[in-house]
Amino acid sequence: MRHLLSAADLPREAATALLDTAEALKRSLLGREVRKLPTLRGRTVVTLFYEQSTRTRASFEIAGKWMSADVVNISAGDSSVGKGESLRDTAFTLAAMGADCVVIRHPASGAAHRLADWVPTHVINAGDGSHQHPTQALLDAATLRDRLGTLNGRTVTIVGDVLHSRVARSNIDLLITLGARVRLVAPPTLLPCGVENWGLREPRGWPVTVGYDLDAALSGTDAVMMLRVQAERMRGQFFPSAREYSINYGLTEARMALLPEHAVVLHPGPMLRGMEIAHSVADSPRAAITEQVRNGVHVRMAVLYHLLAAQEEQA
Amino acid sequence: MSSPSGTGAVGEAGPPRQRELLSAADVTRIVARMAHQIIERTAPEPVVLVGIPTRGVPLAHRLADRIREFGGSSPRLGTLDITLYRDDLRRRPTRALQTTELPADGLDDVLVVLVDDVLYSGRTVAAALDALREYGRPRAVQLAVLVDRGHRELPLRADYVGKNLPTSRDEEVGVLLVETDGTDAVVIRRSQR
Repeated sequence: MRHLLSAADLPREAATALLDTAEALKRSLLGREVRKLPTLRGRTVVTLFYEQSTRTRASFEIAGKWMSADVVNISAGDSSVGKGESLRDTAFTLAAMGADCVVIRHPASGAAHRLADWVPTHVINAGDGSHQHPTQALLDAATLRDRLGTLNGRTVTIVGDVLHSRVARSNIDLLITLGARVRLVAPPTLLPCGVENWGLREPRGWPVTVGYDLDAALSGTDAVMMLRVQAERMRGQFFPSAREYSINYGLTEARMALLPEHAVVLHPGPMLRGMEIAHSVADSPRAAITEQVRNGVHVRMAVLYHLLAAQEEQA
Repeated sequence: MSSPSGTGAVGEAGPPRQRELLSAADVTRIVARMAHQIIERTAPEPVVLVGIPTRGVPLAHRLADRIREFGGSSPRLGTLDITLYRDDLRRRPTRALQTTELPADGLDDVLVVLVDDVLYSGRTVAAALDALREYGRPRAVQLAVLVDRGHRELPLRADYVGKNLPTSRDEEVGVLLVETDGTDAVVIRRSQR
């Protein structure tokens, strides 16, 4: 594996291998005083963020540092990007300085793919517009595997702003790959057209179910994944009011009671408490939100390990 | 100690490129002898047997069973995956990680016996010593191997050797164990390269 650009690029074996590595890393770091592995000594990882981020950037930085890579963080706000430098020039500058891997987040869908064509370094997509965020899908899958044992045959309901969500796209790709069924629930205005066909892929796949009624979708679901309403990507009015959205599509305590006993509640963060998820739900033991964050570090360590620690593939 | 049988080719398909050097009975006897040696060298101090995956792990379990049976103390067991500490990661495709599980009360001030199937270049053991350091400061570390096939590339030697097998570099020594391979044997085969 040279780059990680899209969750759709991961065949089942590769995805499972990454998740297994993440789990092994988690177990081997458990209870250790020194959380430092020498594996990526001498490799340089640059995080290049053109959008705000708390957890993804910090998570990649911690993952790199725990594996002894040198991690350099660049955010567009306080770099030469502010002076008008293009993505291409910035990337070449970083590659010329000896970066082995660039972790990029960019508001434009496809930015990571373009970057991978240009620079000789490994590229990890940490979110490009409303397109993909593969490590988020991997950490969600890791969390669901922990809680549910397997994803094969499980049903995951994704609720909210699917239209603007790279988390939803990546998750649909990976969940289908891992054998899960996906239900989408959202206001019609926040569902892209053709969304029901997203699950249809070679060599195997099945349609995604689409619904507008959250209460009806909750029973018989093994996990519910709440999406943040991405106001920053919205041009126009997608629902009448935040209050109405919250009433129809927010995960309240009453709605959580409709879920089967074993069902898990996920949220990629940052959460808008009181909007898409109620305080009490976010803090309940059903919610795996802090586990998601914890798994994020191990999953990103696994990705760095698979990309940077093996023999280079002959391109 | 019986001489290697050197007769039957193991594996059904293909020409007999593989020779059996130690039979199942030999392996059982050798493990028992190693257990006695460990008791002699270490008793009454308790030991922690740390197996290096894959085949060091079942070997450590067998040694522990024998030591208990022969009246030694009851050794604690651990598993130490050294993949992340290897110095040759970038020369091979991605390696899958294995389990690491060490006694919960740590390795400080205890006597650790590392257990592996084959001692060859010594690089695995060197990586294991690096890895062990992250988990504590043992009083001492010893090494037990079922087979020492020579060709060391680092200044290391084993404290307990089941069998010295002089080999050529273009041969491969395979240790087969019931737990991982369905049968007990030590075989030698021509390198596939």
